[in-house]
Amino acid sequence: MLRSYLPLLIFLVLSTGVGAFFVMANTLLGPRFKRRPTTVHEDAYESGLPSDVQQGFRFGISFYLIAMLFLLFDIEVVFLYPIAVELKQFGTFALVETAVFIVLLFVALIYVWRRGALEWK
Amino acid sequence: MTSVLAGPLSAINYAEPWYVQIIKALLIFAIGFSLVPLVLLYERKLLGRFQGRPGPNRVGIYGSMQPLADIGKLLFKEQFKPRGAIGWLFIAAPLISMVAALATFPLIPFSGAPQEILGTKVGLYGLDSDIGLLIFFAFSAIGSYGILLGGWSSTSKYSFLGAMRGAAQLISYEAAQGLALLGVVMTTGSLSLSEIVDKQDHMGLWFLVPQIVGAFIFFVATLAEINRTPFDLLEADSELVGGFMTEYGGGRFALYYVAEYVHLVVAGAMFSTLFLGGWNIPFWNGAPGFLDPFVVLAKTLVIVSIIIWIRATLPRLRYDQLMSFGWKILLPLATLNALVTAIVLVAL
Amino acid sequence: MEVSADDEKTGSGGHAGGPDREAATGSREQDAPATKGERDRGAKIADQTSATTPEADTDGQPDEGGGSSPSADPQAESPATATATALQERTEREAEWEELARRYRADEATIDFSTQLGAVATQDEAELLTINMGPHHPATHGVLRLLTTLEGEVIRDVKPIIGYLHTGIEKTAEDKAYWKVIPVVERMDYLAYYFNAMAYCGAVEDLLGVEVPKRAQYLRVIHLELNRIMSHLVWLGTTMLDLGAISILWYAFRERETVLDLFEYSSGQRMHTRYFQIGGVVEDIPAGWATKLQRFLDEMPTRLDQYEAMLSKNEIILQRLKNVGVLDARRLQEWGVSGPLLRAAGVPWDLRKATPYSSYDDFDFKVPVGTIGDNYDRYAVRVAEMRESVKIIQQALDGLPEGPTITEDRKVALPPRHELATSMEALIHHFKLVTEGMRVPEGEAYFPIEGPRGELGCFVRSNGSSKPARVHMRDPSFVNLQAFGDMARGEYIADMIATLACLDPLLGGIDR
Repeated sequence: MLRSYLPLLIFLVLSTGVGAFFVMANTLLGPRFKRRPTTVHEDAYESGLPSDVQQGFRFGISFYLIAMLFLLFDIEVVFLYPIAVELKQFGTFALVETAVFIVLLFVALIYVWRRGALEWK
Repeated sequence: MTSVLAGPLSAINYAEPWYVQIIKALLIFAIGFSLVPLVLLYERKLLGRFQGRPGPNRVGIYGSMQPLADIGKLLFKEQFKPRGAIGWLFIAAPLISMVAALATFPLIPFSGAPQEILGTKVGLYGLDSDIGLLIFFAFSAIGSYGILLGGWSSTSKYSFLGAMRGAAQLISYEAAQGLALLGVVMTTGSLSLSEIVDKQDHMGLWFLVPQIVGAFIFFVATLAEINRTPFDLLEADSELVGGFMTEYGGGRFALYYVAEYVHLVVAGAMFSTLFLGGWNIPFWNGAPGFLDPFVVLAKTLVIVSIIIWIRATLPRLRYDQLMSFGWKILLPLATLNALVTAIVLVAL
Repeated sequence: MEVSADDEKTGSGGHAGGPDREAATGSREQDAPATKGERDRGAKIADQTSATTPEADTDGQPDEGGGSSPSADPQAESPATATATALQERTEREAEWEELARRYRADEATIDFSTQLGAVATQDEAELLTINMGPHHPATHGVLRLLTTLEGEVIRDVKPIIGYLHTGIEKTAEDKAYWKVIPVVERMDYLAYYFNAMAYCGAVEDLLGVEVPKRAQYLRVIHLELNRIMSHLVWLGTTMLDLGAISILWYAFRERETVLDLFEYSSGQRMHTRYFQIGGVVEDIPAGWATKLQRFLDEMPTRLDQYEAMLSKNEIILQRLKNVGVLDARRLQEWGVSGPLLRAAGVPWDLRKATPYSSYDDFDFKVPVGTIGDNYDRYAVRVAEMRESVKIIQQALDGLPEGPTITEDRKVALPPRHELATSMEALIHHFKLVTEGMRVPEGEAYFPIEGPRGELGCFVRSNGSSKPARVHMRDPSFVNLQAFGDMARGEYIADMIATLACLDPLLGGIDR
């Protein structure tokens, strides 16, 4: 069965190749400067004014909260897919299980919502 | 056609010879890649028409060479890397974006029954896997790494804000997008894309009708995934200049550019596969097999046109509005849709 | 750090308010004359003005920035005592200025620039991100610099910093004959050139005491209102572009194109037309112009309906505009804000109604007002204003009186070409006007009009020569920008951009 994944592999190799080609061609064709570029030239864009370079920007705290919620619901999706595929075979039992699972998560969502975790300011 | 041959080859555990796979992969890649400049031109032309202007019409006949001129111009630009940028991440990010975008392309099934070509049975798709949908989700999630890393590693404040919005966007739509397709998966009982189309073929009904809510949620979430209006806040040019790609230029920017349009094509094709019955032509059962790829492309074109139409009409949402839309409307709606579909399916 | 500090000075000036800033500039100008030569020169100026200015008539309101111009007290009995009093007052004022300058420097020393311009990591709250929006940024409508402090995407503080488009037009105007100033001032607020010309011509006409013929007044009104529509169309297009709606820009510019064609037809230029003259307009409208205008007037209301169908019923636009950038009428008035911004907050203040000029009282029109002063109200007020402008133009066109288009006063307006061949007097007037220009009696005049962005006033001071001694514009963009910080604080970046767009600042007008 794994043999049928060959096209995907070819796609990955080809697209990497094309991407590398673009960058290479750009390196070859683009202008080259004899002198080292100046500091101003290498500055990151900040509306035409000198910018203080800093590495490692930090995401706000509220992001982590929502990201946790996101993980929770994404895992819900991951759990639901196998059940969904075989739902007709398992019938009512799977349905009830799924319903309980979804309702639990739904209640969690409403709780989080009411607690204001989804508000952004 | 015999019943054995109707349906995907993987269902009957048949794999084509390796050389057939290589040839068709190359062919589909060539077609998919050459769709990019076409869609690029199509969008600019159509936008021009929406806005009462001709669009590009100087380079080549009817502006046909414009995309090539664009890419060519980009290749002659200076390779630029801002001081302080995290080198390998900065270079890898656009590549990740493009590879992830192109990798979803072989998943699109272009025809149902395998076609006889030169005595070999060939399924007209790059890859028909029984976890096709999951591969699609996986690669579109990887694609957003390209955006996050690109914005973060540029060490530009605007890029960083763009990346932050990218993260916010990702976590707002992804769960809803996954849940929206549960109804389709439940009805089909498979994750294989060609089986999903086959199911619609057999039912004689596109999933758009029974799964209208799912289709709506999936469409909206797809718009958010491929950063199109009204969810184009990652590269909101009026606010963040270029968003995550502020510092990119030349060939690396071209990669992002290509990725964007591949995403657009894949989004259109995926929607027509999942909800518009793929190669199915309504009210014509005995359609010849060679028409199938063209039907898929035509439906893709319709969806792409709608997406461009939306771009010409709607303004951008604010990013907190996108988040509350994703969490407070799309997610509960998608959950309910899945639940109702499950109940209906089991009860019937 | 030196450069940044300088920038900051300008910035805090723009932020702190008009009068303060004027005082600051005044004091800074007076920092230098500690030397004796400078003082002597100052005294000489005072002497001259008091000797030649027995009574300075003030027709209009005095300029709020009078502190920077040395005007002597005209209450004097004899030249000798006048000189003495003037000298004394001069020293008193200088002492006052020095005191102001000292206080300003002390204030300046207390400003901690590092918190505003320093590295983010050194701040106590490391979550804050300081970012420069502009001068080179697509959404700052010119070269405005917004020093923005962000927490996530929420604006904690924003300081507009101006001066990147300073052209010195006011100073240039002092070196030109009166009628040559018109094309210069037109270039300040480059979307409201008719208004600039109108304010300047109005001020000079006040000084001259010239009566503008009725037909010229009506033609002025037509062009002013066309210009208002044009300016609002540009505003509409660019604002919606900032919100992400790209198509409306093209629709708005299509109509703007029609207006510009009309301008070109009547004056030969699309922008900076120099159509308004001191004493009237430069020439009558050409044949067929009225028909073209009528076609535009018939079309415009339906076009506005189309825009509103596209925008006013769009849920995303409503969500983006409503309850954003709210500032109540009191705060707005404290900042000196005027025009559509103030009317959006519910204050029906319109100079066309309050102090009618150029026959505005002949026309029947409404002043649209908003309710709470959010961005949606600003949008709605401007669209409604375009409709009212169409009504005004229609009335002016229908009731356009016959008669001359420029004053008959040969000392002010050029004689008609055909007179030059027959009349010696006309030839002399023509020669005098072209070579030297008109002489304007001494005095000061302030002429405020209702521009597309608010009260646009022109202050002109004449010392009796053929060149103005001082031309100063009260540009609404500059004054309105002061309120921006109050509007934007606590909003998201996207809303800040939308608020800035709805403020409709024009950097050409702000920096002058």
